Amino acid sequence: MTTQSPTLPLAERADRFQGYRGMAKAAFETFAIGVWSEVEILNDRGSSFVGVILPRSENADDLHIVVKLFNGYNVGIRADRIASARELGYRKAVYKIPEKDFPFDPKKKNVTLLGTGGTIASRLDYRTGAVIPAFTPGELYGAVPELADIANLTTKKLFGVFSENMAPEQYKALAIAIGEEIERGADGIVVGHGTDTMAHTAAILSFMVQNSPVPIVIVGSQRSSDRPSSDAALNLMNAVRSAAECDIAEVMICMFGPTSDNYDLLHRGTRCRKMHSSYRSTFRTIGATPLATVSRYPNGDGSHFTYLTDDIVRRDKTRKPVITPVFEQKVTIQYYYPNFNPDIIDGLSAMGYRGMVIAGTGLGHVNKPLYPAIRRAIDKGMTVVMTVQTLWGFAQMYVYDTGRDLLDLGIIPMDNMLPETAYVKLGWVLGQTDDPKRIREMMTTPINHEITPREPHNGYLILQGGLPEVEAFVQKHWK
Amino acid sequence: MLEPLDYEAVGLISGLEVHQQLLTKHKLFCRCPAGLYTETHDGEVLRHMRPTLSELGEYDGTALMEFKTKKEIVYLLNHMNVCTYEMDDTPPFLVNQEAIDVSIELCLMMQMDIIDEVHIARKQYLDGSIPTGFQRTAIVGVNGVLPFHGRNLTITHLSVEEDSCREVKDRGHQIVWRTDRLGMPLTETVTGPELRTPEEVRDAILLCGMVARSTGRVRTGIGASRQDVNVSVRGGNRCEIKGVPRAGYAVPLVHNEGIRQHRLLQLRDELHRRGFTTPESIRVEPIDVSDIFAGVDLGFIHRALEAGGRVFAVKALGLGGLALYPTQPETTFLDELSGRIRVIACLDEAPIVLSSAALPQFPDKHRVIERLRKRVKPGDNDDYFIVFGPEGDCRTAANEIRLRFADATEGVPKETRQALTGGFTTFERILPGPDRMYPDTDSPPTRITEQRVAEIRARLRPAPWVRIERYMKWRVPEETCRYLIRKGGAECVDAVVEKTGVDGLVAAIEIGQRAKALKRAGIPVERLGAAEWVDVFGLLASGRVGRESVPVIATRMAKDGLTAKVAAASEGINVVARGEWLPDLDTLSMDGYLTEKGDTPDKKLRFLAGKAMDVLKGRAPAKEIAEALRERLGARR
Repeated sequence: MTTQSPTLPLAERADRFQGYRGMAKAAFETFAIGVWSEVEILNDRGSSFVGVILPRSENADDLHIVVKLFNGYNVGIRADRIASARELGYRKAVYKIPEKDFPFDPKKKNVTLLGTGGTIASRLDYRTGAVIPAFTPGELYGAVPELADIANLTTKKLFGVFSENMAPEQYKALAIAIGEEIERGADGIVVGHGTDTMAHTAAILSFMVQNSPVPIVIVGSQRSSDRPSSDAALNLMNAVRSAAECDIAEVMICMFGPTSDNYDLLHRGTRCRKMHSSYRSTFRTIGATPLATVSRYPNGDGSHFTYLTDDIVRRDKTRKPVITPVFEQKVTIQYYYPNFNPDIIDGLSAMGYRGMVIAGTGLGHVNKPLYPAIRRAIDKGMTVVMTVQTLWGFAQMYVYDTGRDLLDLGIIPMDNMLPETAYVKLGWVLGQTDDPKRIREMMTTPINHEITPREPHNGYLILQGGLPEVEAFVQKHWK
Repeated sequence: MLEPLDYEAVGLISGLEVHQQLLTKHKLFCRCPAGLYTETHDGEVLRHMRPTLSELGEYDGTALMEFKTKKEIVYLLNHMNVCTYEMDDTPPFLVNQEAIDVSIELCLMMQMDIIDEVHIARKQYLDGSIPTGFQRTAIVGVNGVLPFHGRNLTITHLSVEEDSCREVKDRGHQIVWRTDRLGMPLTETVTGPELRTPEEVRDAILLCGMVARSTGRVRTGIGASRQDVNVSVRGGNRCEIKGVPRAGYAVPLVHNEGIRQHRLLQLRDELHRRGFTTPESIRVEPIDVSDIFAGVDLGFIHRALEAGGRVFAVKALGLGGLALYPTQPETTFLDELSGRIRVIACLDEAPIVLSSAALPQFPDKHRVIERLRKRVKPGDNDDYFIVFGPEGDCRTAANEIRLRFADATEGVPKETRQALTGGFTTFERILPGPDRMYPDTDSPPTRITEQRVAEIRARLRPAPWVRIERYMKWRVPEETCRYLIRKGGAECVDAVVEKTGVDGLVAAIEIGQRAKALKRAGIPVERLGAAEWVDVFGLLASGRVGRESVPVIATRMAKDGLTAKVAAASEGINVVARGEWLPDLDTLSMDGYLTEKGDTPDKKLRFLAGKAMDVLKGRAPAKEIAEALRERLGARR
């Protein structure tokens, strides 16, 4: 909703200079105008600009004033070229998403949506381009009315942080909140999350929330919901449907399968990774197949789901969840590269780091000059585990001498656990014990497929373009 | 023949949006090659568009309309010319500075004021023509003028924007787009609403085209420039005729749009007379009449029912006879209805909608009409329309019939209309407002420094009107002047005159008329640039070849890529000094000359000149040969 207060005196406008400094700010003083002024500006060449003055980004220069013209375009006008400026009115935008009552249907399942800060649905501020998140059920219903056909939705905003700022405190709070919602009888949980660290959160929740009776589905979007082509609405619909109806009571990520608006994949929380910085179909299950597909429209058999494996934990409302919200902060992940300096490990050890995940080369290797530093760290009590930076495949450190030497040092191989999963698991394990034997046992005993006994051939499929057979495949299927 | 319309009396006003592709290596927001078109694809993406809520929590009119259509949008991709940016799977790269430079150049030519800091905006399009759902666009200049018909034509602004996809097909609920053109840089030049006749619109399009081509940095050829023409009449509304491919086509299109709006205003008055003074007063009632049409021998009805669809009669209360009200020549208000139904309800099987007053012939028609009358029970002033297809779409169609009549109670709805051959237009979409524009949060603004503008100004090519004035002083025909500017020949003429000192008229005629004739004859003279023409005219200027050799040498150069000297030599034109060919003239005798009555010196001269040409084979300029022969004949006398 836009409000207009044309009479507010300049002195009372708290945000009159929002983002403006120096020369531009001086021009505001000279011409008695400010942010949200409706103005007519004439420049030194007699060109006239009529529109609304917008706030300016703090890191932009101090020379220009940004006006949204009444034809919708924005222009930056050099402050020292302004010959005259006249305020025609004052129109400060205060926005609120219109709420509509989310309809309750006793026949539908109850899903709780927990918000962590990513915008799943939003409304656009057409003047500034700012995105106003929609979050309450009413707001979401206004933005994605199709949700009401799927489930009864309750929402809870836990915190508002960017995905990269998700940290142990948020993990713990989230795990506890999920436990509470399950306790209250939710038929499924959806977690709204930014995509950058979604896989980390999915992995840690797989450890912190065990034995869940219902699906826990993490969802986000790769194209922000302010654009017509966004994947947000479809992801959200599919996630809510998965939480309400899907038979898999595990922690999962629900994101686009192909980049086309076709279906979402449900990925196991411990085996999933963001594999492209911007593609819609960025999340991929590594070393296994995804668990299921979920689509907006039902398949031939009336179900929205196609299960890709039987190896799942099924929904069972009699099960009681076990919540273990602990995390040791002094854990790190180190990506090995040739010339990796041993000082780094000595430094981490000196700083009191208790755990280190190495993403080693090949089957789980680092070079010899690192050995003494690793030995010193382990002797001092650091748990060092080995994963592979190839992402696919196992750390099989008994194959080469290098690997065997490392095992002798006390490094624990993590088999085919993903480096990020190993990182959060190590933090979670070290939050519970400092007994080396117990640590080793917990790290090497899979809780939910973070280590799999075998890797099927269809768990590694990176098709290479250009090959005739791949091109034929791509032509036949939606990208 | 156009039926007459007094433009001044109806208050016809028109303005232009001229789109011009720029000749850059790369696209505007990614590093894909620009101008590489393909007719095949090696991947497909499926998308849908969802309107984003507007400020008031309502969907914008156009957005809602396009959402109602529920289209499956398919993009055809070819890895040669499309990357993940065009697929909307990668954010934009920084804006192509070469495109900004050309835009500034165009602005300066139109005496515009350059924007100090250029901001990229997003303009929403939900028809799928751009996979993001919006076009990235930015104003580069404002406040310009073009000299036009003895007055100034206002150029409101020029923006640089990314080109859209090419439509491959649009059937039912699926629309298919090819993405090769998507993202190519384009300028949009917007004139003030100051054009008063269709002919003025045509001339303004031609002028804008000449301005763009004067830079030498725009694309030419089919689709490289396209015009949207805005038309309104007094009391009517702005309608945008989209995609006028050629200036000449604008004349009937603008004229017919004037007529359409004029007629729609008359229709409004008729609706008011009947008591329909507000949009709310229009009422329709859809009635399922599938059973009545079952077995009727009409292919389209048969196909619709076969596919599981329905047939609906849409009863329109009190609107009898209005559907056949003429709008454009040979079209009626029924076409207004069918346009909306086709686009919004996605019913595109011809004839889309039938009026009860004009049902086609089919066996047993009389009985069907009888049954329809019993079912629909139309009153004397009522009409009913037949639509057919999937039931949901039929109901959407019924609603669109109501909405279109509702719009008619207010006169002319703001629309974007598609240009068809024959000077007609058809509904494309409701004209979007400024509400669909919002800042592009992915792109930082670009500061345009005074120094940058000064550098571009310094290398600015002459504006077309400057060239025309100069050429006309040389007595070059205006038509030739325009041709030279349009086709890039003006650059060659200017270079030739400047570098060789050849008479401007000679250069303009040789390049603008003779070469044009060669081109028509299939000789690729367009391969010759300014440097090549300077080369040819250099020989002429030094007196080593005659003017009649210019097209001969140019032809050879164009065909084989030779230099002027080599081309001349291979044509047997010896580039030699006067002293070397003069003695050859003395060997010519008058043998074979038939002396008759009326013998004149000129006749003798022509006889000898003919022989000389055979002997000298263009080694010498004809003018000089003639002079030498005249001297010789004079001496003999």
